[in-house]
Amino acid sequence: MTEAYPIIEHTYDVVVVGAGGSGLRATMGMSQAGLKTACISKVFPTRSHTVAAQGGIAAALGNMGEDDWRWHMYDTVKGADWLGDQDAIEYMCREAPRAVLELEHMGLPFSRTEEGKIYQRAFGGMTTRYGEGTAQRTCAAADRTGHAILHTLYQQSLRYDTDFFIEYFALDLIIEDGACRGVMAWNLEDGTIHLFRAHMVVLATGGYGRSYFSCTSAHTCTGDGNAMVMRAGLPLQDMEFVQFHPTGIYGAGVLITEGVRGEGGFLTNSEGERFMERYAPSAKDLASRDVVSRSMTIEIREGRGVGRDKDHILLHLDHLDPKVIEQRLPGISESARIFAGVDVTREPIPVLPTVHYNMGGIATNYWGEVVTLHEGNPDTVVPGLMALGEAACVSVHGANRLGSNSLIDLVVFGRAAAIRAAEIVKPGESHKDLPSDVADQCLGHFDRMRHANGGTPTARIRDQMQRAMQNNCAVFRTGEVLDEGMELINGVWQQMADIKVTDRSLVWNSDLVESLELDNLMRQAVVTMAAAGNRQESRGAHAREDFSTRDDEEWMKHTLTWMDDDGSVAIDYRPVHTYTLTNDVQYFPPQARVY
Amino acid sequence: MAEFRLPANSKVGQGKHHKAEGGGDIRRYKVYRWNPDDAENPRVDTYEVDMSTCGPMVLDALIKIKNEIDPTLTFRRSCREGVCGSCAMNIDGTNTLACTRANDEVEGDVAIYPLPHLPVIKDLVPDLTTFYAQYASIEPWLKSTSPAPPDSERLQSEEDRQKLDGLYECILCACCSTSCPSYWWNGDRYLGPAALLQSYRWLIDSRDDSTGERLDDLEDPFRLYRCHTIMNCAKACPKSLNPAKAIAEVKKMMVQRRV
Repeated sequence: MTEAYPIIEHTYDVVVVGAGGSGLRATMGMSQAGLKTACISKVFPTRSHTVAAQGGIAAALGNMGEDDWRWHMYDTVKGADWLGDQDAIEYMCREAPRAVLELEHMGLPFSRTEEGKIYQRAFGGMTTRYGEGTAQRTCAAADRTGHAILHTLYQQSLRYDTDFFIEYFALDLIIEDGACRGVMAWNLEDGTIHLFRAHMVVLATGGYGRSYFSCTSAHTCTGDGNAMVMRAGLPLQDMEFVQFHPTGIYGAGVLITEGVRGEGGFLTNSEGERFMERYAPSAKDLASRDVVSRSMTIEIREGRGVGRDKDHILLHLDHLDPKVIEQRLPGISESARIFAGVDVTREPIPVLPTVHYNMGGIATNYWGEVVTLHEGNPDTVVPGLMALGEAACVSVHGANRLGSNSLIDLVVFGRAAAIRAAEIVKPGESHKDLPSDVADQCLGHFDRMRHANGGTPTARIRDQMQRAMQNNCAVFRTGEVLDEGMELINGVWQQMADIKVTDRSLVWNSDLVESLELDNLMRQAVVTMAAAGNRQESRGAHAREDFSTRDDEEWMKHTLTWMDDDGSVAIDYRPVHTYTLTNDVQYFPPQARVY
Repeated sequence: MAEFRLPANSKVGQGKHHKAEGGGDIRRYKVYRWNPDDAENPRVDTYEVDMSTCGPMVLDALIKIKNEIDPTLTFRRSCREGVCGSCAMNIDGTNTLACTRANDEVEGDVAIYPLPHLPVIKDLVPDLTTFYAQYASIEPWLKSTSPAPPDSERLQSEEDRQKLDGLYECILCACCSTSCPSYWWNGDRYLGPAALLQSYRWLIDSRDDSTGERLDDLEDPFRLYRCHTIMNCAKACPKSLNPAKAIAEVKKMMVQRRV
């Protein structure tokens, strides 16, 4: 096997996989700390999906009214439906203002207030004084904040001595004796196989939205790092929690930011009613995303959807001052025109809850170190491995993420990981020899896929997976539907043995890339469905009609799922961290979650 | 000696014709193909696509071709909503993003080629190495001589911030630079509209203190002054930005600092 694929070796202190917001922030911090750092990405950094984030980045700067990071923390805990780890949430909210100012100092073109400060808008679930008022906490660069962040971080990366390996597709981790020692990758440009040895591998590989038929996520959001972790025999955490964004454009699935509602937009049903007033009397259209998505789904189910098939909802911003739209929401105005044929100054946008974000992922502590349950210790650190961003489950988002908390997650924990890595890794430390067969399993998988000559093309299997997830693991779930989903998804997993890859080349073989990505997606789909079937309660984004209330007694715990190559899933749990990091803030005990 | 003919190995031949099975609302897509692994010349393959089951955008058609007709067809794509810049290509003679160009906007057969005047890696995937290097060369980051305030942002008025509108939104898709005849001729030495637009974005940022240095770096017969206001860049930009105007502003700054 290794003779057929010559392996080009590289040696680094740290290798970051992924060049979105968290990967670039970590890369920058690690380079600054004097570590020899490589960053591998399957797309050019500014094509990463962070670029598509719109509304903003949360931080209690208090530029537009009173604010306090503790209020931000309370909102995040409540948004997470008490499944978030409060030590990590404290860390994120406390560090948020500093992280945003750091971005501004790098030159990020934030929108401004009259005093010239960073502009902040209202966002779902963001309140003042522990739920009393509406906070304007979400720092924005118009409605292109993710683009501004990603480009700013990429620009900064050009200043440092970092080696970027662009359009390299990461294949698998090198794990030896329970520690991560490096990562394998395939260079698309020339078809060569590379082994990156590192004392620390950082997975910043994003979410797996593409396991669903309709999502706001980019085609490249295939959760490659999550799957690599599963193939390495490690668990993923809280995979049943999949966020549906209330406002994806009907049909196209393209995102329309929550910032529209933050600027005063609202939703209506076929009767022209602002129905969110009924479901969330206080927060209304700015309730958290799971609440709004469920409310919309109920409206549609009860026959109050709009359109010929009464299957979607309308988002109004036509009442807003056109100047506000032009200044604050230019990007979604363009998207609505292109993908819905709508002039937002005159007509509402047809929208539908659309898969948007994975709260679940690779379990980590607040330093970004990957943890697993080992011999009864739920916080056992996996040496040499970190995870960040949407790939990680720190867990700050718990059962439901608040809008604008993902961008802050990226930069806060990207920075934290760099600080930690600088403590653990000594620059230039020598690498132990690796066993000679270290790449065999990875390349065996690669080679089998490359020459797969079954009867079902990749695209057809992918379509079946996406439809099973869309139909059987949606906004509302029942045991029956999930059981059927489990059967369906297992059937699709078995189909993988019959996959047909047509392109056998090595240079830019995107047929093979998509097939490897499908293998990655499939594993995550299987554990998502299994975890959803397993959790017999309703919490955050996981809404079971047969178990319609939250059950803290039994279920205030993180789900861990392992998966074998035969498709069997093992489930265990980690306790939620019910303590804070410091005495500056007290633990927020569970309450009823009302908006 | 000027060469008037394409080298023999560059001549584009006629490729395969993938006929649609059955009738329906058929549209022909003529797509440039080149595979580095065989010694063959580039060719144009024709794909017949049933539009009744195809999404509205050219990218939808390309994905449908890849999914259902020919999995070997190779192109970049990611966000599918016009913000990542991956799927820049030449469609119906114009550089644009496949994800935001509607099939209906093209009349007749849809001709699809890689971005022009770049080395091709495979099919519709061009090599953007030089393009990225030119972007890096303008040092696209904030340079300030005064230290940033420790506990607050650098202040910037709304008016000053507005000067960045129409500049910071660039997605580095390379549609503009690769539509510029001057860049075609001197792509190694002329920075091209994308890099120059970014250059102006930093020149005009009220927080940046290195205007003089930045202008010095552009003071060169090629880097800046190969722009002959042909305006293809502004026409091509899928984000409706105007690099030509930004370049004109840079030239004005050059003149202003001399008087």
